[in-house]
Amino acid sequence: MKKKNFFLRYPVFTIFAVLALMIILAAVFAPVICGDSDPTKGSITEAIMEPSAEHIFGTDKMGRDIFTRVIYGARTSLTATFILVGIIFVLGTVLGIISGYFGGIIDAVIMRIADMMISFPGLVLAIAVAGILGASIPNAVIAISVVSWPKYARLARSMVLRIRHADFVEAAVVTGSKTPYILFRYMLPNVLPIMAITAATDIGGMMMELAALSFLGFGAVPPSPEWGQMLNDGRNFIQSAPWMTIFPGLAIFVTVVVFNMLGDSLRDILDPKDKAR
Amino acid sequence: MSKKDILSRLFQMLIVLVGISFLTFLLTYISPGDPVRNMYLANGMMPDEQQVAITREEMGLNDPFLEQYGRWALNCLRGDFGKSYSLNKPVVDLLAARLLPTLKLALFSMAIMLVVSIPLGILSAVYKDKPIDYIVRGLTFFGVSIPNFWAGLLLILLFCVQLKLLPVVSSSGTFKDLILPAVTLALSMSAKYTRQVRAAVLDELNSDYVIGAKARGVAGWRILWLNVLPNSMLPLITLFGLSIGSLLGGTSVVEVIFSYPGLGNLAVSAITSYDYNLIQGYVLWISVIYMAVNLIVDISYKFIDPRVRLRTDSVRR
Amino acid sequence: MALLTINDLDISYNNTLTVSGFSLSLGQGEICSIVGESGSGKTTVIRAVLGLLPVGGKVTAGSITYDGRELTSLDKKQWHELRGRDISMIFQDSGAMMNPTRTVGATFVEYIRAHEKIPKKDAWSKAAEMLTKMRLPDAGRIMKEYPFRLSGGMRQRVGIAMGMTYQPKLLLADEPTSALDATTQAQIVREMGELRDEYGTSIIMVTHDLGVASYISDRIVVMRNGRIEESGDRDTILHRTENEYTKMLLDAVPTLGGERFV
Repeated sequence: MKKKNFFLRYPVFTIFAVLALMIILAAVFAPVICGDSDPTKGSITEAIMEPSAEHIFGTDKMGRDIFTRVIYGARTSLTATFILVGIIFVLGTVLGIISGYFGGIIDAVIMRIADMMISFPGLVLAIAVAGILGASIPNAVIAISVVSWPKYARLARSMVLRIRHADFVEAAVVTGSKTPYILFRYMLPNVLPIMAITAATDIGGMMMELAALSFLGFGAVPPSPEWGQMLNDGRNFIQSAPWMTIFPGLAIFVTVVVFNMLGDSLRDILDPKDKAR
Repeated sequence: MSKKDILSRLFQMLIVLVGISFLTFLLTYISPGDPVRNMYLANGMMPDEQQVAITREEMGLNDPFLEQYGRWALNCLRGDFGKSYSLNKPVVDLLAARLLPTLKLALFSMAIMLVVSIPLGILSAVYKDKPIDYIVRGLTFFGVSIPNFWAGLLLILLFCVQLKLLPVVSSSGTFKDLILPAVTLALSMSAKYTRQVRAAVLDELNSDYVIGAKARGVAGWRILWLNVLPNSMLPLITLFGLSIGSLLGGTSVVEVIFSYPGLGNLAVSAITSYDYNLIQGYVLWISVIYMAVNLIVDISYKFIDPRVRLRTDSVRR
Repeated sequence: MALLTINDLDISYNNTLTVSGFSLSLGQGEICSIVGESGSGKTTVIRAVLGLLPVGGKVTAGSITYDGRELTSLDKKQWHELRGRDISMIFQDSGAMMNPTRTVGATFVEYIRAHEKIPKKDAWSKAAEMLTKMRLPDAGRIMKEYPFRLSGGMRQRVGIAMGMTYQPKLLLADEPTSALDATTQAQIVREMGELRDEYGTSIIMVTHDLGVASYISDRIVVMRNGRIEESGDRDTILHRTENEYTKMLLDAVPTLGGERFV
């Protein structure tokens, strides 16, 4: 059988990969797209204007162009989300591998802390952490990381335990391979694919959690553009200026849909067992 | 579940509680704000340095960390969570007053979620890979991708602003208050649970006993309604229990949107005004309730499912 | 006239041919074993007879005629009447083929009432009677037990008791003894032989074990990779075969109940 081009073989993945790329590019080239429109400055004379040819998404209470703020908002949301998922991914994987490989007291300590985090509604703690540390995007990222790593750590640990006593690992130990070598050569490659799939499917959800914290006022601080925080702004004008609510929300929704679809299709490609069910 | 299991679960809960209480106390301890100043500010006063120093000493804030923690933890055990700085009332009273509205909201949204997700999940599983399955899966995909704070705002826009059917602010104390917040909460939950129900039913449909029953000539509807569906609901019980717990802590966003007078709203305003006693009390309350609900669900599950109930003492010969 | 005639049967699984050109003719009171390694297609054949191929499986050619009726074209209602009444099936682990959250009695009563409009109480005593006939001590207690709490041998006897409730003309047995220890294996196989002697039931038994097959079969079909490798009466296959593959299977035969029957 002739091998078809990867992108042609997986059209769903390709479509959403392209869409995701477009969102990322829009964030990167925000100044090009928006021209000389400034996301943080507006003129009071132009406050709360309906969508028009000049301001296609309308303007907010400060007279700022909402389209510009939505585009620049992608920078904040995407960067924060990728950093967040990255932190959880690395932290969870490392702690999980260490816990599973070494066992004993290290395992007990890490896993009891993880149990503690899981036997507790995550958002409550995230709100408390973010609120107490003070409102800022980095603090929101820290807050969600604190409550989200256990899921990854447990997953990585369970996969390490499955091969911990496999012949090829025992052989490596017996022949005197150094521990770091075993961890990198055997444990990490075994754990990585599933962890990567999990991380990819989590991007959308993490983006929503970050936006939720900003919406509650525990994330991004005005006047910097961020979708959740823009929604919080628009909330008070929902009767007079619904566009302030509709467009930032739409931006979150579309981005989450794209990244969720991307994650799901990636999982289907890498893990066909699940698809057959 | 034997008595020994329950006791060990209770012991674990105790350890988790100590951990959680320590963590929240540590958080407020290391937080950048100064509780004394915040307390005065919350009451509209601008204290001078001397006043602050005196109050610090009075509140024991100059004592070593562990001593402060110990004192606070002991008071909590006695049911005294201190006084809220911002609202000038005992934390216990504030929390107790808000618990019932949040409980109502959580239970009502759970009810909506069950009514939506169980039939949809079953349909989707029974007609797997048929048009109806694709429609349901599409809906659930949208449901999990829509942020609930945006969904809530859109519902307000539609029902309160455009159609003028319901009030924008949900604090009139009537049943109308509950509708939109509950629907908003139920939206994303229903999507998640429809997927879970579908997966659980598919799992059961693929079990051997279905083949067995067919081979015995038992009618298809009997297999589905009297065997497959009851069995597939069993694993879902645990999940439902977990959601009641996490709902109690997860209603903040929705309560804020609808100005609903519940626990979550109280917690958000407590955090904004650096009301540490209130925050700590809230976190501890929620964790106790959450763990208690989980324990009850686990215990009852073990009574419902004979496989779990009878596993330990099988009569093999 | 033969009770069951399978003629040139092809079965595909997800469009891949897994069984091809299978033919078999079974008379009344005859016992035939289909022997082969796992993946040889032997289970697929008897599943097809009862119209219970797994999802993705399909009869693509050939015919299965039972008592003058073509089975491959039955509708749902006709299947319900046939299954469990004219044709019964027992499995490798009959316990696993019962709903684990219901008692043996509940499943048995459900089965009886699927075929007879009788009150629950009557169905219950009929079930208990069948269990007693299968030499299960204390039938009343077993009825109240969950399947997973019974031993492998007891579960198989329950399965056979259910299968024999309506004295079916044809009993399909899918590896009925492979999950059991050697002693219980011998008992169960012997009991199946007695069923034929008592009720004249025809039996098709699928097994990977030529030893078990040789114990009660009149005829043996050896399958390999979805095709019939060799078929013939018991003695021909056991003592006069020229086929290399059959010889190989014969060499691998373990002992049954401590005795060697081959």
